Amino acid sequence: MNLEKVIFAFFTVLALTLNFGFFIGQIDNPDHHHVYELYAALIVSLIATVMKFGDRTHLGAVLLATSLVADLQLLVAAVVWGVAEHITETGLTASVVASIVSLSGGALLANITSVVMLVMETAQVRR
Amino acid sequence: MAVTHPVTNNAIHMLLRRMRAPLITVIIIYSIAILGFVLIPGMDAEGKPWRMSFFHAFYFVSFMGSTIGFGELPYPFTNGQRLWTLFSIYGTVVAWLYAIGSMLTVIQDTSFRRVINRNSFDRAVRRIKEPFYLICGYGDTGNLLIRALAKRGIRCVVIDIEQECIDALELEDKGIDIPGLCADASDPDNLIIAGLKRPQCTGVIALTNIDHINLSISISSKRLVKNMRVISRVETHDAEANMASFGTDYTINAYDTFATYLATAIHSPSKHLLYDWMTSGSNAPLTEPIMPPHGKWVLCGYGRFGKALRKNLLLEDIDPIIVELDPEGTHAPRTVISGRGTEASTLHDAGIENAVGVIAGTNNDTNNLSIIMTALDINRDLFTVARQNKSMNDHLYELSDINLIMQRANIIARKISTLIMTPMLDDFLRLLSLRDNQWANILVSRISGLTGELSPHLWSVRINNQESPALIQYLKESPHIVVGDLLRDPRKRENKLDCLVLLLKQQTKEILVPDITAGLHEHDELLICGQQYSEQRVRWIQTDYNVLSYVKTGIDRPSGTLWRWLAKTTQA
Repeated sequence: MNLEKVIFAFFTVLALTLNFGFFIGQIDNPDHHHVYELYAALIVSLIATVMKFGDRTHLGAVLLATSLVADLQLLVAAVVWGVAEHITETGLTASVVASIVSLSGGALLANITSVVMLVMETAQVRR
Repeated sequence: MAVTHPVTNNAIHMLLRRMRAPLITVIIIYSIAILGFVLIPGMDAEGKPWRMSFFHAFYFVSFMGSTIGFGELPYPFTNGQRLWTLFSIYGTVVAWLYAIGSMLTVIQDTSFRRVINRNSFDRAVRRIKEPFYLICGYGDTGNLLIRALAKRGIRCVVIDIEQECIDALELEDKGIDIPGLCADASDPDNLIIAGLKRPQCTGVIALTNIDHINLSISISSKRLVKNMRVISRVETHDAEANMASFGTDYTINAYDTFATYLATAIHSPSKHLLYDWMTSGSNAPLTEPIMPPHGKWVLCGYGRFGKALRKNLLLEDIDPIIVELDPEGTHAPRTVISGRGTEASTLHDAGIENAVGVIAGTNNDTNNLSIIMTALDINRDLFTVARQNKSMNDHLYELSDINLIMQRANIIARKISTLIMTPMLDDFLRLLSLRDNQWANILVSRISGLTGELSPHLWSVRINNQESPALIQYLKESPHIVVGDLLRDPRKRENKLDCLVLLLKQQTKEILVPDITAGLHEHDELLICGQQYSEQRVRWIQTDYNVLSYVKTGIDRPSGTLWRWLAKTTQA
C-alpha cells in the first residue's frame, strides 16, 4: 500500500462527493444548497489540485487539467454567490441559485472525469 | 505545436513538486481560519447578533495574514472572535513563512539553479542568428581564443565542466554575448543543447586538457552532424592518429607546433618572422627576428615536449644533449645526462660552458626558471628557450632573461584563430616552407615596407557573386582584370594601396605572391596583407562597378541612366 496514493485518491474522491452533495437538490431552491458545502467542496478541490502538481506522466497532466477545471467552476460559483449577497445585494433569488448550482454541476462533471481516470489507472496496476 | 523544451518543463515541474506540501498547508490553514470566522457569532453596531459570511471572512483572513493591524471589520469583534483571530494570526503567518521559505529554498537549490541556467543558456544559443563556433573547454587556451574571435566579431558558445570557468567567462566583458554552460562536453546531449545541430554552428573546437574527452567530442560531433568542422587539441600522438582516422579536420599538438616553430627559426629566421607576423593578429607591434644559433644545445626534460623538440632539431642537424631525471621511464637516448638540470653540476656534465643554447622543457615552471637562471650564471651568451605551463607565471617569465617562451595556450589559440579567420593562411605557410631563405628575406622586407611598425592586417577576397559583384559583372564584359587593378587607390588611381597579395588560389593552381599582372577569374581566392584601411578600399572596388571601372580605366563612369545615355550620344 502506498500512502501517497491513498491520500491522493482520498482527496480526489472527496472532491467529487462534496461537489455532488452541494449539487443535488432542486436547482433553484436555496434551501437545498448550503454555502458550507460549497466551501468544503472548493477547499478540497484546491487541495486535490495542488496534490497533482509536478506529476510528469501523461495521466497526471490530464488529471491536473480536469482538477483545474473543477476549481475554476467552483470559484466562479463562489464569486457569483458573494456578488449576489454583498455587492449587488439581490440576495439568493431563484435565478442566482440556479446559476451557482449549474456552475457546480460543471465542476461535478470534471470531478467525475478525474475519478473515472483514477479508477482506470488503478485497474491497470496489478499489484 | 512548437518543439517541446524538456529543459523548461523540468524547472517548472521541480518547482511545483517541491511546493506541494507548503501550498497544501496554506490552503488548509486558510480554510480552517475562514470557517472559524463564519461559525463564531459576532455583533453588529447595534449589538444585534451577526455572523460573518464567507465573503467577509475571506477578506478578513486575507489581510490578517499579511498586514496584521488593519482593524476589526466590518464591526468590532466579540471576545470569541478575538480569540479565534489570535489563533489564526499565528497559523497563517507560520503557513506563509513556511511556503515562502520553501520556495526560496527551491530557488537557491543547486540542482534547480542548474536547471534554470541550462534553460537560459538554451535560450541564449537559440537567439544566435549568426554563424558561431562551439568551444569545449574554457581554460587559458579557450580564453585567448575567444578573445581573438570576439575581437573579429565571431560568435562562440562555451561548454566547460568547471563552474568556476563559466563564472570567469561571465565576468569578463568581451564585447559580445558568449553563452556558457557548466556541463560535461563528452556527453553528446550537452553538445546538442549547446547548438551542435543548429544550422548556424560552423565548427566544434575541442580544447579540454584530456585527450579522450577531446576524442569523444570529435566523434560525437562528426557522428551527429555530417561534415561538421572539428578542430581539436591533442597531447599525444596516439590520440592524434585516432582523431585523424575518423576525419577530424585539424588536430593541434602544441609541442609539435612549437618544435617546428623553433626548428624554422634555426633554419631560417625570416620564415619564422613571417610566421610570427602573420599569426600575431592585426596591429600588434612587429616583433624582432630571433636568431637561435647553430651548435651545441642542451635540452632539459625529455617528456613529450622534449621528444618533439629533439626530433625537429635532428632535422636541422643538431643533436641536443639531453638532461632528464628519469632516463629509463622516458626512453631517453643513451647519451642522456641523468639529473634535473636545476643544479650547476648536471649542467656542467652536459657541457653548458661550450653550448650555444639551453631549453628548459620540464612540466614544472619553477624548475624551468631555475634551469635558465643556473645556465645563464655559467654561460652568459646562451640562447634560452623555456616552456611555460601555467599562465599565472606570465610575469615571472617576462622578468627572466628568456629569448623564446613556449606557452602552450598561446600556441594553440593562435593556430586555431588563424585557421578560423584566415583559412588561406595555412596554405600560404605551407607553400612558404618550400621556398628558400633568400625568397623569405625579400618578402620580409617588402611587408615591413608596407606596414611600418605594426604587424600586417590579413584578409581574404573571394571572386564570386556574393563578395565581389562588381568584379563578376566586369569579368563578363571584358575578361581581363589583373591583381594590380585591385591594389589601386579608388580615390586616385595613380596611388597604390599599401597592401600585397600573398597567395592567389585558382581552380587548378596556387600562386605564391603573384605578380601584379596575374589575371583574375571567377572563383579565384586571394590572401592579402597590408594596412587595415586598405581592406575597405579593396572591398569598395570589389562591390562598386563605377569605382572598379575608374581604377581600371581612369574614366569616371556616369552612374545615372540619363547621364549614361547623354555620355553615349555625345561620344557618338
